[in-house]
Amino acid sequence: MARKRSFKSHALPTLLTYLGLAVGLVFAGFPILWMVFSSLKSNTEIFALPPRLLPEVFTLQAYVTIFNDPTKVRFFLNSYFVAGVVTALTLVIAILTAYGFSRYNFRFKNVLNIFIISTQTVPPITLLIPYFGMVVAFRIFDTYLALILTYMVFTLPYAVLLMTGYLNTLPKELDEAVLVDGGSSWTALWRVIVPVSIPGIVATAVYTFLLAWNEFLFALTLTKSMDLRTVPIGIQLLMGQHAFEWNEMMAMSVLGSLPLLVLYLVAQRYFLAGMTAGSVKS
Amino acid sequence: MLMTRSAPAIAAAPIRTRRKASAGTKLLRKLTPYLYVSPATALLVLLMLFPMIMVVRYSLMDGAIMKRDAAFAGLSNYITIFENPVFWQSLWQTLYFTVMSVVFHLIIGLAFAILLNSNRIDPLLRSILRVLFILPWLFTAVIIAIIWRLLLDPNGVVNSVLMALHIIDFKVEWFSSTKTAIHALTFANIWAGYPLFMVSLLAGLQGISKELYEAAGIDGANEIQKFWYITIPQLMPIIISIALLDFIWTMQVFPLVWMTTGGGPIYSTEMLSTFTYKLAFAQYEFSLASASAIIILILSMSVTYFYIKHQQAR
Repeated sequence: MARKRSFKSHALPTLLTYLGLAVGLVFAGFPILWMVFSSLKSNTEIFALPPRLLPEVFTLQAYVTIFNDPTKVRFFLNSYFVAGVVTALTLVIAILTAYGFSRYNFRFKNVLNIFIISTQTVPPITLLIPYFGMVVAFRIFDTYLALILTYMVFTLPYAVLLMTGYLNTLPKELDEAVLVDGGSSWTALWRVIVPVSIPGIVATAVYTFLLAWNEFLFALTLTKSMDLRTVPIGIQLLMGQHAFEWNEMMAMSVLGSLPLLVLYLVAQRYFLAGMTAGSVKS
Repeated sequence: MLMTRSAPAIAAAPIRTRRKASAGTKLLRKLTPYLYVSPATALLVLLMLFPMIMVVRYSLMDGAIMKRDAAFAGLSNYITIFENPVFWQSLWQTLYFTVMSVVFHLIIGLAFAILLNSNRIDPLLRSILRVLFILPWLFTAVIIAIIWRLLLDPNGVVNSVLMALHIIDFKVEWFSSTKTAIHALTFANIWAGYPLFMVSLLAGLQGISKELYEAAGIDGANEIQKFWYITIPQLMPIIISIALLDFIWTMQVFPLVWMTTGGGPIYSTEMLSTFTYKLAFAQYEFSLASASAIIILILSMSVTYFYIKHQQAR
């Protein structure tokens, strides 16, 4: 009787937990594994019957093809450049704004706050049409500038909210110490607040980079020459051109996901801490 | 994304107390917060407010962007959109896709969060699984699209497995049949989107006081009762926030559809976003597209209204 009861209260729930996690792992992981191993197959093996997860012959052929094609390498360079610049600009502007929000009360603060929150939810397709008109009118159609500028509209609101959430967790005695010593709020921000905000800044940077790296709609519409295409558009074009080179498309996908994966793993601790700091505390 | 919930924290920011100073520095001090927030404000006015005014104007004109002197057309573009059956089909399909996605994101996200929060498993394994379970979230929509095109190819692994298990007896063309395409698309989106719920609910679960469960245990509540009467009510604010955000974002779906079905076959996966995009950039009907874009904006803003209300109430 006692044994039966202890089985019921411990072993069974534990077993079910592990079972649930195993199902979850297959659900989350199988498509990703399939992508990775497909990129290491030769194209004839992609639809082999019966299907095999692991390639019969491992080959890096798909990767070699990509690295030997300057057009495809350029997709990656473009994505790194655009996402990098967007991240840097977004961070500087977001830190300034977040400092204003976190350390001061001013008129229009609530209005501005609501404006920034609602900006996050404006459908990109609604903005795309006037952006197209603006970009053509300003003669920046098919330039990096068109992408960098328009990407800021969706990276900035998140970055401001993330950074404000983080700065709100820092005691204001930190900047007051600088002010008492006769320093300005500007000095306090860059000398004291920014150095202790590194976790929040890293989290914001990773998230901003992710948003910019993944963007599709604006890149599709506001650029047109191959020299300016980013990775997502590159994959789309590859799909149209050679619909059957699956191993190469999977290799592009692996390479296209790699920077986000690396950033996420490196910054994981900061990322989740930074992401939850404001949300839980509020 | 989670940080959007920090909004109330902004409103509750500390009030600075200052020493008396001369009129000049006083003015400067009064201006300081405005100086800090001005670059972001200027950029958002240029990239948000100004384009909004433009798109409203376009939607009231005849032949915007394409004609040099486009004439005022009143609400005729809106009427044309409302008379288009494809618009209505796109609207219902977008709603189906969105509601199904949000519901399953919630169910899967909650289930995984509870499993990952369990103290029955080894802590190291738990932290490894936490990372692995988030992975689908890191993938670009374009990459999600082509992964699922490969998996759901008529000759692909999903069909092979389903046939071996005798669940289906012929090769289903998941993305090219009008019957299955929207479900295949929704499934791919469910796979890609649950981690947002998972991460937020996991943070929420860790914030629930253990004393609540202990007290309920003393009162003789079983696990199911604890779940319904403690866990769910405690998580409710997060569930509502994330569900509304997820709803707004999922409604805007574009790359996933564009890269799998392109809205076809025969409009069976046409979404409001692809419908609008085609009007603008395939048919160059920028005025009609603007009217459609404004309708999407109004739908999106009405959900946003509840979202902000909910945020400020928290």
